[in-house]
Amino acid sequence: MSRLHVPARQLGTLAGLAGLCVLLTILTPHFLTVSNLLNVLEQTSINAIVAVGMTFVIVSGGIDLSVGSIVALAGVVLASALRHDWPVAAAVPVALAVGSACGLANGLLVTAGRLPPFIATLGMMSVARGLALMWAEGRPISGFDEGFRVIATGRIAMVPASALVMLGVYAIGQVVLSRTVFGRHVYAIGGNEEASRLSGVPVYREKAAVYALSGACAGLASVVLTARLNSAQPTAGVMYELDAIAATVIGGTSLLGGQGTLGGALIGALIMGVLRNGLNLLNVSAFFQQVVIGAVIIVAVLVDTALKRRRG
Amino acid sequence: MRTWPSPSARRPGYHTAPMPDPAPLLQMRGICKRFPGVVALDRVDLDVRTGEVLVLMGENGAGKSTLMKVLAGAERPDAGDVVVDGRPVSLASPRVARRLGISVIHQELTLVPHLSVAENVFLGRAPRRAPGLVDWRRMRALADSLLRGLGTTLDVRAPVSRLGIAHQQMVEVARALSDEARVLVMDEPTSALSAAEVDQLFAAIERLVARGVAVVYISHRMDEVFRIGHRVSVLRDGRHVATRAIGETSPAELVKLMADREIAEQYPVRRGRPGSPLLEVRHLARRGVLHDVSFTLHRGEILGVAGLVGAGRTELARAIAGADPVEAGEVVVEGRVVRCRSPREAIAGGVALLPEDRKQQGLVLGMSVQANITLPTLAAFARCGLVKRRAETSEAQRQIAGLRVRTPSPHTPAGSLSGGNQQKVVLARWLLSHARVLLFDEPTRGIDVAARRDIYDLMVALVAGGAGILMISSDLPEVLGMSDRVLVMRGGRVQAVFDAGRTDAQVLQAALGIAS
Repeated sequence: MSRLHVPARQLGTLAGLAGLCVLLTILTPHFLTVSNLLNVLEQTSINAIVAVGMTFVIVSGGIDLSVGSIVALAGVVLASALRHDWPVAAAVPVALAVGSACGLANGLLVTAGRLPPFIATLGMMSVARGLALMWAEGRPISGFDEGFRVIATGRIAMVPASALVMLGVYAIGQVVLSRTVFGRHVYAIGGNEEASRLSGVPVYREKAAVYALSGACAGLASVVLTARLNSAQPTAGVMYELDAIAATVIGGTSLLGGQGTLGGALIGALIMGVLRNGLNLLNVSAFFQQVVIGAVIIVAVLVDTALKRRRG
Repeated sequence: MRTWPSPSARRPGYHTAPMPDPAPLLQMRGICKRFPGVVALDRVDLDVRTGEVLVLMGENGAGKSTLMKVLAGAERPDAGDVVVDGRPVSLASPRVARRLGISVIHQELTLVPHLSVAENVFLGRAPRRAPGLVDWRRMRALADSLLRGLGTTLDVRAPVSRLGIAHQQMVEVARALSDEARVLVMDEPTSALSAAEVDQLFAAIERLVARGVAVVYISHRMDEVFRIGHRVSVLRDGRHVATRAIGETSPAELVKLMADREIAEQYPVRRGRPGSPLLEVRHLARRGVLHDVSFTLHRGEILGVAGLVGAGRTELARAIAGADPVEAGEVVVEGRVVRCRSPREAIAGGVALLPEDRKQQGLVLGMSVQANITLPTLAAFARCGLVKRRAETSEAQRQIAGLRVRTPSPHTPAGSLSGGNQQKVVLARWLLSHARVLLFDEPTRGIDVAARRDIYDLMVALVAGGAGILMISSDLPEVLGMSDRVLVMRGGRVQAVFDAGRTDAQVLQAALGIAS
């Protein structure tokens, strides 16, 4: 897609988010309050962080189904490190390392192992989940110092710390994806892997890095999640992969690869966060919420496809 | 099947005799189509008559593809009428177009590789015995008779992936006929065919025409135009410039109509003699593909590579460029062994491949022209990992200007450029990487006359600057017109190497003839 096209697409998603906010403001007086909006940001942060890595993977032409399980595995490892009185500054990097290692394994399976990303990460989804359950012996690991929990509960000028972490990740991710050689290679590989290879792009290395990055994002999400809940559960993160894919796709990233933006993914994650929050405020049952969210994903992509077709 | 008059018997009388059926089968009136920023078609009129081959010519970007898409029902015109059999019709979708008897055979074939010949011929319209039950016997028999009608016999049970391009094309033609096509649009059907295969295709076209089918034939190859065409319509900048009966025009006139200028010489004059060895390929081997291939390419030399389709020419270029693994042999550039285990290593050694299939292997079509040009050299524009965009854009613009790439801006997606300009983008990429050994695989395939000359001029400038070019081409006049020496391949081996002085079409054809 041309440079001109992408902002136009993002404006459309942004308009969707704004429309949703206006609608909810009319429907319930509790939506448009500072505390509720900050609450939405906080609740969105985990999905949004996972969606950063997912965007890299999808732009490169792949998919990562293992992120939810990686959140659980990194979470329980992090939790037991903290329970063994590791300092936060050592335990958090361990969580990121666990996530990156799982992601790197995905990347090696996809590149050196030549497995389709769907299969490789489907396998990792089960492996990481099983490892998490084994590690924690099936039970939650709870109770951490305030010094760790501040990652989720702290506020700087009213803004939740987790939202700041999210914004930081997006800022860094945006620079990496749009300004670095690596980011350009990710687009090139997703756009045409063979042409990229013949142009000297180190396709294997970059793809392995993309999956490792996705794993690292899942590891970071596990830190925020564990801090918020004051507990790490080996059954955490179920369906996170689908939420992250949905956020990415609502944001205009094509599952075919080669195009997409992090800005779009952030707006996509916010749309899902606002929707969940609004439906809660409106007392819509959790069962029906799933129906609505599914419908929104489908409508968003339908509208996008229709617009693209009209533009030619 | 003996009732068809042979081409030679029919041809001479054609232009002198009055048209048997002057009423056009299909008329296009005032067709307009604009895309953002471009007028692709501007009030185009076109008549297609029963039983004729109407050649459609024009430079890339002249509007041929868009016109073809309108005919196929893939694009809807903004204005204008299409009349079939005197009745105005609306080509609203490919389905409607097919129902009206208009079939398009694209340059990129659209067969399903793992299905059989018969299944591909009747894709989606298999004859049924009962609802949901395919009548396999009847389907095979019908496919077989359609193919025989084209003068081809194929195993209709074989998967099409096992067929060569020429036969795959016949399957496409048969599919169009099974649809009862009355207007068959063919987009550069010979671009991947050897001379013998072209003969076969032309014989099939003659049969179709004798049966009353109208063929709209898009081609850049002048010799084919005069061999197969009855009338020729020229498009330029989205307008219909002229239509001529083939007997009343000349190649020079057509080129002038297309380019609005005379192109004096098709091939540029070469100055300077090849120098010291640049690339030495020694005993290169890959099982079943390349056998003990050795040759030397000198500085300032264009070494043409001729051979039939499947002779191993593309495979040779890919092996040198590190695109495919080799089992034995070595590649030496300027005295240093280049380990060609990956394109990355070959590029670092100064070797660049310009692949035959630009869309699949050359360009990332969705990315900008600029990003495509800087793809291998992007790290050189980066500081601390961040790409300096201004430096990148100015270098890309320099290349765009130097190669005269016609693009609205460096940020335009490469996929929206015409074939010739896409080829220039690939070339710009390698000029920027300072490649010394350039492997051109079918450099002018699908490229119009004027852009072709641009590419030739660039090749000459490159070798004048000390580079060496290995030029694979199926276009024999091109090989002879451009090369200092010609290497003939057959069955993965070097069959012969001719010097420029001794090379002529007869010598080469003899070598190829013996080979086939």
